[in-house]
Amino acid sequence: MKILVCITHVPDTTSKIQFTADNTKFDSTGVQYIIGPYDDYALARAVELRDEASGKLTVLNVGEADSDPTLRKALAIGADDAIRVNSAPKDSYFVAQQIAHYAKEGEYDLILMGRESIDFNGGMVHGMVGELLGMPSFSPVMKLDVDGSTVKMAREIEGGKEMLEASLPLIAGCQEPIAEWKIPNMRGIMSARTKPLNVVEPISQETQAEASKYELPPAKGAVKLVDKDNVAELVKLLKNEAKVL
Amino acid sequence: MSILVYIEQAEGKVKKTSLEAVTFANALAEQTGEGDIVAVALGTIGNEELAAIGKAGAAKVLHGADSKLDSGVIQAHASAVAQAFNFIGAKTLVLAKSSLGDAVAARLAIKLNAGLVSNVVELPKTDSGYIVKRSIYTGKAFAETTVTTENKILAIKKNAIDLKQEGADAQVESFDVALDDADFASKITSTERATGDVLLPEADIVVSGGRGLKGPENWGMVEEMAKILGAATACSKPVSDLGWRGHHEHVGQTGIKVAPTLYIAIGISGAIQHLAGVNSSKCIVVINKDPDAPFFKAADYGIVGDAFEVVPKLNEALKAEL
Repeated sequence: MKILVCITHVPDTTSKIQFTADNTKFDSTGVQYIIGPYDDYALARAVELRDEASGKLTVLNVGEADSDPTLRKALAIGADDAIRVNSAPKDSYFVAQQIAHYAKEGEYDLILMGRESIDFNGGMVHGMVGELLGMPSFSPVMKLDVDGSTVKMAREIEGGKEMLEASLPLIAGCQEPIAEWKIPNMRGIMSARTKPLNVVEPISQETQAEASKYELPPAKGAVKLVDKDNVAELVKLLKNEAKVL
Repeated sequence: MSILVYIEQAEGKVKKTSLEAVTFANALAEQTGEGDIVAVALGTIGNEELAAIGKAGAAKVLHGADSKLDSGVIQAHASAVAQAFNFIGAKTLVLAKSSLGDAVAARLAIKLNAGLVSNVVELPKTDSGYIVKRSIYTGKAFAETTVTTENKILAIKKNAIDLKQEGADAQVESFDVALDDADFASKITSTERATGDVLLPEADIVVSGGRGLKGPENWGMVEEMAKILGAATACSKPVSDLGWRGHHEHVGQTGIKVAPTLYIAIGISGAIQHLAGVNSSKCIVVINKDPDAPFFKAADYGIVGDAFEVVPKLNEALKAEL
């Protein structure tokens, strides 16, 4: 089985979000970059599936050279080789086109990625790639087992989950608890240095919905504290001041 | 020319978030002159329920009544909505962000060659160009997104607009959807849903508990508050990791993102990853015995005190007032 895992290179979840250049650029000063947490779940499950089926696992990122350490980390976790499509990820459509092109070329049986990136949160790329390749797409997938060419999945829905069955090839956007995150061990880190990381060029520059300007939410006012022995006061405030009851 | 709205249903009932999408589309059409709002609803739904979509602002409802569409088979729903879009010659599709809506919208973006913007928080600016404001960095910032395609899809976030329920009934027309085997290549074998409760992602009020509650046996008072308020219950990541509550209640960066009118956090310290899941709430109340808990910085109202003392008293006060 050939598996492709698409990962994002995103600011750590604890990062302070700030912008520069008149609010047109993300300020990466002091920001630590990581594999997207949802992509990390997809990667962990893919490593398990590759080991079960003695298949091959490729990771792909659409990003510039600063993504390389993130791809190396994915190789250390267990991917066999890596592809970097050499361009900033301009919008979901742009990224989906690159993935669809290289996924088609690689003839993968299973394409996994996170349910969404944690920077732009669109959650669209898996569905777009599915449509571009004429493959079924599923998200958010919280369980995925492969038995021959049959895939059994659980997909999260509002207030619960639905169990699904489909056939390979397919695409899934993943989330917990599909697998436990894997921490690279020393052997993985050593071997990652020599695993292939192929840099390829984007096949098209076309975009449809690019972000042009950013803003932060207005600063929150100070909290209004209510004495613990006077909880009726809180109820009054919620009713009459905040008008939320 | 009309704007199409994709309606979601659960067991024959139209979702409130979909009605919000209708109201949003109606306000958008007034701004752009895109004419009437047409809604497309799929699966088994009663005529009265369909006509009532008109109250939120739809002139017409296309009903694809095929019962095979009762469940949310992603490929089939995407095909059906694309057919409705082309049938009415729409240029814009509006839908509510959801587990199914997101998955369907992404496929439609390719099918319809439409620029898709998700997490939309307010009406687009359309006086020059087409600029859509959306939430990014899990609610920690906003981006203005310029859509350059003729066809457009907007997936709106909860609370992007206040639902209006003042219009007349919509005209309901049956709509023949042509579906083939490929649309049903995957099958839903079963569904598990929390029963009888308010669904967390759609709830107007959320009562959430953290590790400060010390164990799953202490959730009675949280559930009682939720019952008094007609709220959904939720929890922090440690609580769901410990198995005290199910993952479907986990609110935060890697869990459910909620945007209720009122979020009440009990015994939750307010780690940045938890805040990422709740920062779109209109009003946040924090109850925590630690006055230095970071959650107080993100709260509108707070009580510093032991949850085991404060919550039962608060429940009594809520009962007395409501």
